[in-house]
Amino acid sequence: MRNLKTFIEDFGWPRIIIFFFLIFLFIMAPFVRVRLDASISDVLNRFGQNAIMVLAMVPMIQSGCGLNFGLALGIVSGLLGATLSLQFQLHGILGFLGAIALAAPFALVLGWFYAKLLNKVKGEEMTIAMYVGFSFIMFMCIMWLILPYNNPTMVWGYAGKGLRTTITVEGYWLKILNNFLAIRIGQFFVFPTGLLLFVGLFAFLMWLFLRSKTGTAMTAVGSNPDFARASGVDVDKMRTISIIISTFLGAVGIIVYEQSFGFIQLYTAPSPMVFPAVAAILIGGASINKASMVNVLVGTILFQGLLTMTPSVINSLLQTDMSEVIRIIVSNGMILYALTRKIKVSK
Amino acid sequence: MSAQKKFVKFFSQYAVVIIFVMITVAAIPPSGLSIKYILQEIITRLGRNSFLVLALLLPIYAGMGLNFGMTLGAMAGQVGLIFAVNFGISNWHGLLFALLVGLPISVFLGWICGLVMNRAKGREMVTGYILAFFINGIYQFFVMYMLGSVIPMGNRAIVLSRGYGIRNTLNLESVRQSLDNILVLRVGGYAVPVVTFIIIALLCIFIVWFKKTKLGQDMRAVGQDMVVAEAAGIPVEKTRIIAIIISTVLACAGQIIFLQNMGNLATYNAHDQTGFFAVAAILVGGASVTHASIANVFIGVTLLHSMFVVSPLAGQKLFGSAMIGEYFRQFIGYGVIALSLVLYAWRTRKAAADARLGLRGGTNGSTKVSAVKNGANGAAGNGGQA
Repeated sequence: MRNLKTFIEDFGWPRIIIFFFLIFLFIMAPFVRVRLDASISDVLNRFGQNAIMVLAMVPMIQSGCGLNFGLALGIVSGLLGATLSLQFQLHGILGFLGAIALAAPFALVLGWFYAKLLNKVKGEEMTIAMYVGFSFIMFMCIMWLILPYNNPTMVWGYAGKGLRTTITVEGYWLKILNNFLAIRIGQFFVFPTGLLLFVGLFAFLMWLFLRSKTGTAMTAVGSNPDFARASGVDVDKMRTISIIISTFLGAVGIIVYEQSFGFIQLYTAPSPMVFPAVAAILIGGASINKASMVNVLVGTILFQGLLTMTPSVINSLLQTDMSEVIRIIVSNGMILYALTRKIKVSK
Repeated sequence: MSAQKKFVKFFSQYAVVIIFVMITVAAIPPSGLSIKYILQEIITRLGRNSFLVLALLLPIYAGMGLNFGMTLGAMAGQVGLIFAVNFGISNWHGLLFALLVGLPISVFLGWICGLVMNRAKGREMVTGYILAFFINGIYQFFVMYMLGSVIPMGNRAIVLSRGYGIRNTLNLESVRQSLDNILVLRVGGYAVPVVTFIIIALLCIFIVWFKKTKLGQDMRAVGQDMVVAEAAGIPVEKTRIIAIIISTVLACAGQIIFLQNMGNLATYNAHDQTGFFAVAAILVGGASVTHASIANVFIGVTLLHSMFVVSPLAGQKLFGSAMIGEYFRQFIGYGVIALSLVLYAWRTRKAAADARLGLRGGTNGSTKVSAVKNGANGAAGNGGQA
């Protein structure tokens, strides 16, 4: 009995409620004529789409930089890579990998500057990261208008310049991961093998990294910076590494998202992408100073499951679209819960 | 302190203001707007926005940073206005009614906000920001699903055609500029909404008076150091909650003043940018996370809004695209907030580092001692606040 109680306390009521709500939605689905196989397929697909962006939260949480509200920097690097790969007419797997390769230098440079900044403002990272992200998005809005892209599928038709708000990747690298070794069962169910393998690969690399010498040092910095400094760990360097990795993963994450979603969304589109990633890892059981692969996995499935199931099931039940409101309340409620929770001293 | 050091300190303290003045002045000629037009716009916008920005002051005094949770009050004000329009109460009576409806809601929301922030000490700003989003969800739920179904709405014109939920845009014709137009003074071609400015002036007097009361003094003590305040017998948590409640109530009234001037209400997103604009304004006016004065509010609103007036047209003329000007002003708005927060955090750390160095007994002790004092005075190290 006591075990159960501590388990609930550790896991937190909001997560348990969300978990049972999701189960309830899945049970209700057949009764309101929502196909279960199509729903599960959707959830898997959306899990793959978003998981790497959620994974990007891990290194910064571990190194004590808190939730990366400035993930937008990584996302914008990814957008730069993706648009450049289209500009250079890279197709197929080459286009996809090319997008990541082209995004990498931006992510590294931006991440480095971002790290320099955050190292100067320890303790205030989250609020500052949020506003740095916002202002950078706005800066890039101007850039998207004036950068000299000229691939006709990307620029506005009548002006011949300025990138469109949404650019299709069809004919370039649409669903390049999703369709790799995809298993199709029946009319509605597709198992996106390639996508999940790719996500699995990154999660595994992150898992390995956290157990490497650098990764351990990074975790030490997050747990107790003074202690880490006393044992000879360069605190600022470890934080810099974690921030650069996080930014890079943000870039990869958005490219993976785009190849599955089918469109590159520019201008103000990156800003609403950040909060779901933050909410997802928190729903998965992470706190603002501790996160693991399990948190990423569980959180993304729960959150994306909720986003997939509520529109279809709740709408059929109540004959009204409440999904948006539920999304706002759940994701922000979760972040709020994490922020107001007393930080537990690790045993 | 050497002249150079003084200059550096002055610059780091007023960097945001200086940069802002330069950008705005540079943007005026290409915008092609006349000074008279810009001045009239500024007068209008001072009346429209000052009250909202003043709502930020008390939480800053109480050491809770920039109250992004003020959006809660704005939402309460909007609910009040929706009911005023529903009951067809026109003119300034409608505004008063809206305030009466909004008041209890904003007190309640402010109380919630205070409780939440007390659980997140040291992270008030980001918490307030997220709380505003969270309550936004509840607001959407209330306005979109409850109004017209659970709570009957007499005025069918404001309800969506499906039978419940309020329309996306609410026409505030009945109360439009009813406060501004009670008495309009025309001086040299400029129209000045006298009553609005009187209300703003009264609020300023209230704030000055409030700072001198026992509660106001407690608030500043809490803002300086919570531990010391607690030891001195000040109920820290209660004082913080009161500061937030007052701020939320003021934001409620401020949003009503703002919307009566605008003349229509974007039901589901009028409050989205409220906190952002208010915070940007006070920071542009030279305030920091721990220090703000009434002067900062008016300087800030004037500067921020003169830039908002000129930038779209300047963007149009300079780059051939109004969108660039639009994006630019948002970039500047967010950038200003980021820059102020960075400068503030950076100064805090520097003050703390200087203080540590002072304790170790460095070579030139005198400056170190002053650094220690500054550090204790208020983390930003720019004590002596009006």
